[in-house]
Amino acid sequence: MATLEQTIRTVPRRRRRSSAAGRQLTAGPFTYIVLILVTVISVFPLYYTMVIGSHTNSEMAKSPPPFSVNTSLFDNMREALKQQPLFRDILNSIFVSGMITLGTVAFCTLSGFAFAKLRFRGNKILFGLTLGTTLIPPQLGVIPLYMYMAKLGWIHHLQAVILPNLVSAFGVFFMRQYLVNAMPTELLEAGWVDGASTFRIFRTIVLPIARPAMAVLAMLTFLFAWNDFFWPLLVLNSHNATVQVGLAGLGQGYIPQQNIIMAGTMLCTFPLLVVFVVLGKQIVGGIMQGAVKG
Amino acid sequence: MTAVREAHAGVLAGTVGHPRKRRPRYALIGSKAAYLYVAPFFVVFAIFGLYPLLYTGWISLHDVSLLNINKMTWVGFHNYTSLWTNHFFLNALTNTITIGIISAVPQLLMALGIAHLLNYRMKGSIAFRIAMLMPYATSVVATTLIFGELYSRDFGFVNWFLHFFGVEPINWVNAPKWQSQLAVASIVIWRWTGYNALIYLAGMQAIPHELYEAAAIDGANRWQQFRKITIPSLRPTILFTVVVSTIGSMQMFAEPYLFGSGTNGGGNGQYQTLTLYLYQQGWQYNHLGFAAAVAWTMLVVCLVLVIINAMLTNARGRRG
Repeated sequence: MATLEQTIRTVPRRRRRSSAAGRQLTAGPFTYIVLILVTVISVFPLYYTMVIGSHTNSEMAKSPPPFSVNTSLFDNMREALKQQPLFRDILNSIFVSGMITLGTVAFCTLSGFAFAKLRFRGNKILFGLTLGTTLIPPQLGVIPLYMYMAKLGWIHHLQAVILPNLVSAFGVFFMRQYLVNAMPTELLEAGWVDGASTFRIFRTIVLPIARPAMAVLAMLTFLFAWNDFFWPLLVLNSHNATVQVGLAGLGQGYIPQQNIIMAGTMLCTFPLLVVFVVLGKQIVGGIMQGAVKG
Repeated sequence: MTAVREAHAGVLAGTVGHPRKRRPRYALIGSKAAYLYVAPFFVVFAIFGLYPLLYTGWISLHDVSLLNINKMTWVGFHNYTSLWTNHFFLNALTNTITIGIISAVPQLLMALGIAHLLNYRMKGSIAFRIAMLMPYATSVVATTLIFGELYSRDFGFVNWFLHFFGVEPINWVNAPKWQSQLAVASIVIWRWTGYNALIYLAGMQAIPHELYEAAAIDGANRWQQFRKITIPSLRPTILFTVVVSTIGSMQMFAEPYLFGSGTNGGGNGQYQTLTLYLYQQGWQYNHLGFAAAVAWTMLVVCLVLVIINAMLTNARGRRG
């Protein structure tokens, strides 16, 4: 196998199409002004969350309203945590999103590999079916799904959120498209001639090559699972919530206090946003790749 | 939802990008193991996707209470016939369509313009892209709570801003229909414009540069190039975003639910959407059978709207 791994490294990566780059038109001042404006609009509500979350309510009631960050942030966060155990919700969400991500990445890589590189009867039809499933809005099946979960006694339990989300058609598609181009078929054939089993080939040859795409898929899946709301709202309640359900509960308290809701929103949102910005380049690349690679 | 958007982005946009599409070359290992590898997806989908969808149809022919899910009473098509005379259902249907239009149209037009600008060579292009994608990374719950504060009547930022133009404070949560729907739509627009811009940008970068060069030689100015080359080449991508926005607005739930804090969607149901109505019927009034009829009707409506929008997009693209 060692020889195979060396081969992997020496096989040249297919170069991405260089698109229009190089001969692209250069942006003028107008472009910068508009894009900066769009950026400001994109970020301002998040900044303003911090402004509200760090003031007392009476400070926010002044005119003109404050625009800077103040000192009451931690008091407000403490109050938010008193009203709704958001830390427990965050832990729940880390667990739920983590399990969903693990399942999705594992299953989608396996079937993406099969669709991309294995010859078997029905390959194309099954792949077409996989894509077709994305046309069905998943929300329309929630009623029987809820009845299922109720009969199993899983309402208010986290597995009710995890199990229906363990695979994703997008993930299968994404991994297949990546492996079709990135995985040299000759390498697989070499492994096959060596007498390795399909699964061994998968582990030792495919996985190392698939890793970058798996990382992107993991990030997108985690984000999706973390932000999911409708189904978790149906099967969980505020006593054992994911972060979005808990946050919604905080927002719908009997006496809504805007500064406390915003402090809670920061707790539930900003850590993920920081990770998002750090990994932003890869995520942007992943979304654009998912859009064009065909 | 997200997954659906992305999956389609690939499917449809893929048809535009690579004229020299390579046929996948399979390895010789034609093995039974392949079925094992693709099985998890189909098993999970059959159990948690297909079966519930079909069973929803069966439930919709019954009376079922959330409080006693084991007792199903056959009522035939009664749930459906009562739907079409139900004022609340029809209201939710029109709201879903109008909010869908006023959120999708500006969103996609702006995304197209932004993508065009992002396609220039510039400094900090990655930073712009990340910043514009931050709303997408913010959960719909957080977004709606934040916009709820921005739109709050007494101390909200929006009303403060508008007072410079002599506008009296608006109670957005309970305003007349068009105002409160505009507020709800703005939440969607904020969250999805940057994402769609990136999808368009990906499509634009796949357009062969020679096309523009040839057009420039023929004396086409930038606007003509945009209209005659960019837009037609992007048509599959645009079609995709239109279809996905349609499906997305059919599923709109968290925005109206949390903006008006309740399932009524405003004091007079100004922005009660179909999914919100489904949730109200099923989980507040316990009428699961009726809610199932709503779900199946939504499926049909969704398909019809997708087809209409796809046809409109295609027709416009040809004329343009």
